[in-house]
Amino acid sequence: MAERLIEVKGLKVQFATEDGIVRAVDGVDFELSRGQVLGIVGESGSGKSVTAMTLLGLTRDRNTRFEGEVLYKGRNVLGMNEGELQEVRGNEMSMIFQDPMTSLNPVYSVGAQICEAIQIHERADKSTARRRAVDLLKQVGIPNADSRVDNYPHEFSGGMRQRAMIAMALACNPDVLIADEPTTALDVTIQAQIIELIDRLKDEFNSAVILITHDLGVVAEIADEIIVMYAGRVVERAQTRDLFYDPQMPYTWGLLGSIPRLDRPKQERLHSIKGTPPSLIRSPTGCKFRPRCPHAFDKCMEEPPLENRVETPGHLDRCWLSVAEKRQLRERTLSGEEAA
Amino acid sequence: MISFVIRRLIGALLVLIAVSFITYLIFVKIPGGDPAFRIAGRTATAQNIEDIRQKLKLDAPFYEQYWAMMKSLFSGSLVSYSSQLNVVDQIKAGIPATFSLCIGAAIIWLFFGILVGIISAVTAGRWSDRVITVMALIGISLPVFWLGLMARYLFAQGHPFAFMPDGGYVPFTSNPWGWFTHLLMPWWVLAILFIGFYGRVLRSNILDTINEDYVRTAKAKGLPYKRVMVKHVLRNSLIPIVTLFGLDFAAVIGGSAILTETVFDLKGVGWYAAQAVQDLDLPPIMGVTIYATFFIVLFSVVVDLMYAWLDPRIRPT
Amino acid sequence: MGSFGMNQSNGGDPLLDVRNVKTYFPIRKGLLQREVAQVHAVDDVTLSVQEGETLGLVGESGCGKSTLGRTIVRLLEPTEGNVIFEGRDISKLGTRALRPLRRQMQMVFQDPYASLNPRKRVGSIIGTPLKIHGVDKSEQRQRVQELLETVGLSPEHYNRFPHEFSGGQRQRIGVARALALHPKLIVADEPVSALDVSIQSQMLNLLDDLQKELSLTYIFIAHDLGVVRHVSNRIAVMYLGKLVELSPAEELYQRPIMPYTEALLSAVPIPDPDLSHERERIVLQGDVPSPINPPSGCRFHPRCRYMTDICREVEPPLTSYGNGHLAACHHPLNVDKETLARATVSERYTPAEADEGAKPKTPAKGEAHPIPESG
Repeated sequence: MAERLIEVKGLKVQFATEDGIVRAVDGVDFELSRGQVLGIVGESGSGKSVTAMTLLGLTRDRNTRFEGEVLYKGRNVLGMNEGELQEVRGNEMSMIFQDPMTSLNPVYSVGAQICEAIQIHERADKSTARRRAVDLLKQVGIPNADSRVDNYPHEFSGGMRQRAMIAMALACNPDVLIADEPTTALDVTIQAQIIELIDRLKDEFNSAVILITHDLGVVAEIADEIIVMYAGRVVERAQTRDLFYDPQMPYTWGLLGSIPRLDRPKQERLHSIKGTPPSLIRSPTGCKFRPRCPHAFDKCMEEPPLENRVETPGHLDRCWLSVAEKRQLRERTLSGEEAA
Repeated sequence: MISFVIRRLIGALLVLIAVSFITYLIFVKIPGGDPAFRIAGRTATAQNIEDIRQKLKLDAPFYEQYWAMMKSLFSGSLVSYSSQLNVVDQIKAGIPATFSLCIGAAIIWLFFGILVGIISAVTAGRWSDRVITVMALIGISLPVFWLGLMARYLFAQGHPFAFMPDGGYVPFTSNPWGWFTHLLMPWWVLAILFIGFYGRVLRSNILDTINEDYVRTAKAKGLPYKRVMVKHVLRNSLIPIVTLFGLDFAAVIGGSAILTETVFDLKGVGWYAAQAVQDLDLPPIMGVTIYATFFIVLFSVVVDLMYAWLDPRIRPT
Repeated sequence: MGSFGMNQSNGGDPLLDVRNVKTYFPIRKGLLQREVAQVHAVDDVTLSVQEGETLGLVGESGCGKSTLGRTIVRLLEPTEGNVIFEGRDISKLGTRALRPLRRQMQMVFQDPYASLNPRKRVGSIIGTPLKIHGVDKSEQRQRVQELLETVGLSPEHYNRFPHEFSGGQRQRIGVARALALHPKLIVADEPVSALDVSIQSQMLNLLDDLQKELSLTYIFIAHDLGVVRHVSNRIAVMYLGKLVELSPAEELYQRPIMPYTEALLSAVPIPDPDLSHERERIVLQGDVPSPINPPSGCRFHPRCRYMTDICREVEPPLTSYGNGHLAACHHPLNVDKETLARATVSERYTPAEADEGAKPKTPAKGEAHPIPESG
């Protein structure tokens, strides 16, 4: 059994706003072990990014309330003071963000921004830090790293900036790398490069990865386990193959059916999930997905618990339909035949 | 880079020419602007006026007059119509007072403006921010002549809380302490408006910058709060302040501290300009205009260079 | 087929004809701001679009696809070449002469957050084109409300501001604005790239419905071949300003000829763990080179895995492989010997500099290349 790095138990994150309390994360549990890749999938507003930022204490604010526990190697991140958090951030857990264009400070060179983390966490002197920065840039595949280390972010292309972000995140050899939509802003060709890079570096640095995305296609290749989030909750959780080949939650079917498939004959019409994600201030009663679900019935007025309903242990979902019904109903959605 | 500077300097020269020409044109065209009338005085006869016209070559086409005036200005021989004093000498005489006033005030307003901006941004939404916001708005709204007179009334010698000398300028070289005490009130009076204004601008810049993705990146790297604030937030928020400061400083140095100089009886360039405008005296107005334009143009070039230095994205390659 | 609209490529004059269009941007430097170089954003592109069809335009950032789109609707003026819309050359028209044409050609932009003025209400955003073209006030309101319904929003959204909408809804507003004046041609520049997959599919279905209802012609620009396949009748692949492959949509997926197309196809993620492990992924190395100094010969050669000496030296001409499938490559993939023998350098598509020696030869390694897994 690999070392358990992260354990999230009953995590809730609420923001007080003028319009009311936003329940951004509403009861999330998961674990992450060394060497593992966990995919968190959901639409905008599903709470996936808030969950990730909370792992690093980045959502702390006067107007934010937390419940539950986020344990990193047994220590509760939610209870840490600022100093302890700073020790964890960038050093033991680090994060890369969606938009590489805006995530680097435009006024400092790429090298200086990588060195910053090394100098802070390892108390390394300037020249050591710089040497490390050049090595890191080489590792993430930046050509002529020796000279490019002094370039400013605007002199890098989008793909190169995301590589530089990854180099920065890996600078202090963290145990956990959290990637929040790392490829969404990039060309498909560059997307493929970045995903491959993360997969390779995970082994080289012997770390674990949390990969957050709205596109199930992105995680299919590299995730070991996947959590599907909807309206702040986990609605399905399974090993990757189980999730793709035996999805239990109608929302997951919808996400899968929405992707135009290159590996299949062209569909007449794409499946799409009707409507938009619910408000997190006044979320629907019962199953949160009920208003958008084509298969909802009376029982859905009561919220189903997240539990194991199939033969495979560890495959959890939140849907009242029987397993047999699900397996029958989902085919049409997955093949894109049924346009909901 | 060098070609960028040269291009800017050529542009600056053109601005200088255009501004002086337009000023001249406006002056010649306004009613009552005819210098011959003004020089001759109220009891002048038509003959007197005609004589003056001849003497000053006011009959020549106006571009020739403009050219003649510019020539004499730059050779240092231009004299005032009303007082017959040399314009360049008068401006030179005003420079120590103006520079003393403006440099001192600029240091105060820059320092306190930044301080106020930081404090109110960091405490945004709390009572300290609200108090500062109200104070800043009051500071921005107070007219300088009122503030100056109130300051004199309250703090100057012979008044309720007297501990300051009242008005006037003491040269630094003759009495440094006197120079300092005499300028203390004018400095603050001139600076207060700018402190309020800079504080507001910086506050909103900082609040925008704090929400930038790269600040989140810096936090996620595990940098201490102070370092995030100084190196990532403040550094980027100050870039627009540089532009603002360059142009404001150029304007006050160029003589736009007219009110402060007048209220405190500092005989600087602004005071000189005020006198000339009252008398509709063309040569000093032209002189001060050129002097002011020179500083504004100079500082806008300096600001551009500073900007390129501070923000690598706009460095010309 | 599920493509938008019908394939009418045989017969009739095209709605749009793009002939040898070049769009260059000057780079100025020095004291006198002399032009020292040019960005060859679009470099000699020729293609046509039939009425009612959807042409997909694909490539990586910097390949010139957006510049070509903007040149077509004349937001940019082509440096050389002609854009012919409904038989009329519009490439050199001035602002005034273009105005009536603006009704016919509209654009939908990528970023639903940046392309709507945050200070204007939805009614006025969609109504502005109507106002400019002299529709009276009461009619404006009615038309805007109709349009809101057409794109799946509610007429009550008339008085709302853009920030009150989600990304997908904003993109619908963008579409409604484009539709306001009953255009014939819509150039959609990455209209779904910024949206979640679930919303993406709603948008694609909407565009599909609108095309059928309003008989629209689309040019659909995207970097993701998965999305483009779903909407297009024909697909044009661009690389560094050049058109490198043009083909009926399904054919392009069955047998890509240009290695670049093959790589683009293989980069599209497949939501199937076993298949994605099995398939051979061609990960293109590095970024697109600079369009200021494009590589010699075939522009793709530095990143191409089939590259030989000829690719470095000679630019391959666009060659017709039959069935409306054109490609510019010295080592065409998925082409059998007979087709190759019949292949002709299309007169119309020949770049001026191509000579006899540039005609395609048999691929260096083996006869035909396997059809990629994704086909």
